[in-house]
Amino acid sequence: MKITKKEVRYIARLANLELSEEAITQYSKDLEEILTYVDKLNELDTSDVEPMAQVIYDGTAISTMKEDAPALSFDQEKALRESPLSGAGHFKVPKVIER
Amino acid sequence: MENYKTLTIDEIQQGLRSGSFSARELAHEALRVSKAENEQYNSFIHFCPERAMEAAELVDAELAAGKEPGPLGGVPVAVKDVIMTEGLRTTCGSRILENYVAHYDATAVERLEKAGAVIFGKTNCDEFAMGSSNENSAFGCVRNPAVPERVPGGSSGGSAAAVAGGFAPVSLGTDTGGSIRQPASFCGVVGVKPTYGRVSRYGLTAFASSLDNIGPFARTVKDAATVLGVIAGYDANDSTCAKVDTSDYQAALDGDVNGLKIGVPKEYYAEGLDAEVRERIEYGLKILESLGCAIVEISLPHTEYAVATYYLICTAEASANLARYDGVRYTRRSNETGTLEQMYAKTRAEGFGAEVTRRIILGTYVLSAGYYDAYYRKAQKARSLIAADFKKAFQTVDAIVTPVSPFPAFRLGEKVSDPLEMYLSDIYTLTSSLAGNTGISVPCGETSEGLPIGMQILADHFNEVTMLKLADAFERDIGFKVQ
Repeated sequence: MKITKKEVRYIARLANLELSEEAITQYSKDLEEILTYVDKLNELDTSDVEPMAQVIYDGTAISTMKEDAPALSFDQEKALRESPLSGAGHFKVPKVIER
Repeated sequence: MENYKTLTIDEIQQGLRSGSFSARELAHEALRVSKAENEQYNSFIHFCPERAMEAAELVDAELAAGKEPGPLGGVPVAVKDVIMTEGLRTTCGSRILENYVAHYDATAVERLEKAGAVIFGKTNCDEFAMGSSNENSAFGCVRNPAVPERVPGGSSGGSAAAVAGGFAPVSLGTDTGGSIRQPASFCGVVGVKPTYGRVSRYGLTAFASSLDNIGPFARTVKDAATVLGVIAGYDANDSTCAKVDTSDYQAALDGDVNGLKIGVPKEYYAEGLDAEVRERIEYGLKILESLGCAIVEISLPHTEYAVATYYLICTAEASANLARYDGVRYTRRSNETGTLEQMYAKTRAEGFGAEVTRRIILGTYVLSAGYYDAYYRKAQKARSLIAADFKKAFQTVDAIVTPVSPFPAFRLGEKVSDPLEMYLSDIYTLTSSLAGNTGISVPCGETSEGLPIGMQILADHFNEVTMLKLADAFERDIGFKVQ
């Protein structure tokens, strides 16, 4: 499985990661090696196999759900406490809409 | 206090009641010893003396008033720094959360303190629990107290080292693909990965949500069982936490393992297994046989697909879970401002280390359009086959015994340059993680160079009792105790 630097750049953009040229070269090599290895799974015939998304124990589908009852959560002040930039009860980010 | 480094929970309870020491003195000693040794071993990222003293004073006051402080009354506990502690930094071993102060306590932390535990420090770990050597921590690697020029294992290396070095009698770690069991093996202590759903993950920073678990490290199986008993059980705040009865794990440790059937999977004793490790595990099996267990060979035929399956699933889940660290809510934002997208990308590039970045890239790739079915869905299907192997095996055996790691603790820096080789070394632990089974690493002696070797005992879903019973009987017979 050949992984180009262009593909790594595209993936990095999807993942919101800024990468140096050096890192892109390294990760395309790493990704190629790992993906070549995982191709091993193609030896398995899984046409009749259900995918497993979660470890299920012997309960009903809703047995671990909690009551839909209102309860106290974090107040605004607490929720914003670890934010690098906030104001007027909101998280602040760089401007996204130009006038 | 001369004997702090070897105290068990029982000895602490006796010492407190006989007046040999107070919980306050014990907490002081935990902090003094751990701080003094941290320069060499780096097993803690930070300490919380105020919180520890407050908890210890409460225990002393309860004892003075003739009240019962709980099964962990006065016991100093170290907690891996991926687990939330309200009002304290919770860094996850990452630059991106270097200054993050947790908003709330994890359920496991809440239950520990309710049982009288004295949490005094947060332990070092691989960044976001991704690693097998603790070399991926942004705060420097941990050294193995048994052999300081070697790694303690990972990702819960700091928690394992804290118990092995005598800095804490017990600690909490987390295990996604072996991150409790492997460092327990490398450091020569007991480490338990509970069944998926046994312990609430509320307040555990998510890495791979279908695989993450919280569990204890201790110097004896009994102490690990005590801690597990405190943290186990349903929690409404974690919808994956099972409504299954918990047991009195201590009471199960009666030494009676006569007639239990132990499966030995032939796939685990194939190429790549270090000769000395194999020899010790075979010796361990002989001990179990002498205690009346029947040893039978079994097959887990899909084992060879486990590493590929695991690294597709865990990286996919990690790439989604770590998307939240974007410079908006969690303390760190790049100083280089620009557009919103540039702010995200710069913050994450500055905040994440190399291994975390590698896994986010792999996970994003396998979830991306055109590759989802070929990789992620394929891995989920392979996971079903791997889980079915275990289900079938546990129809005929009570437990499965294997090595924990193909080799003992390696030298710092020895394997950092080859990520795939590092992934392959997790084969014996991550396979059962995919199936959700419980597992324990129990000390099984040392190599000729004095490197600890752990033996892994696996049991069926929610059958921690059989696993702990076997581990305890084994530990008593082999007579190996960390000093």
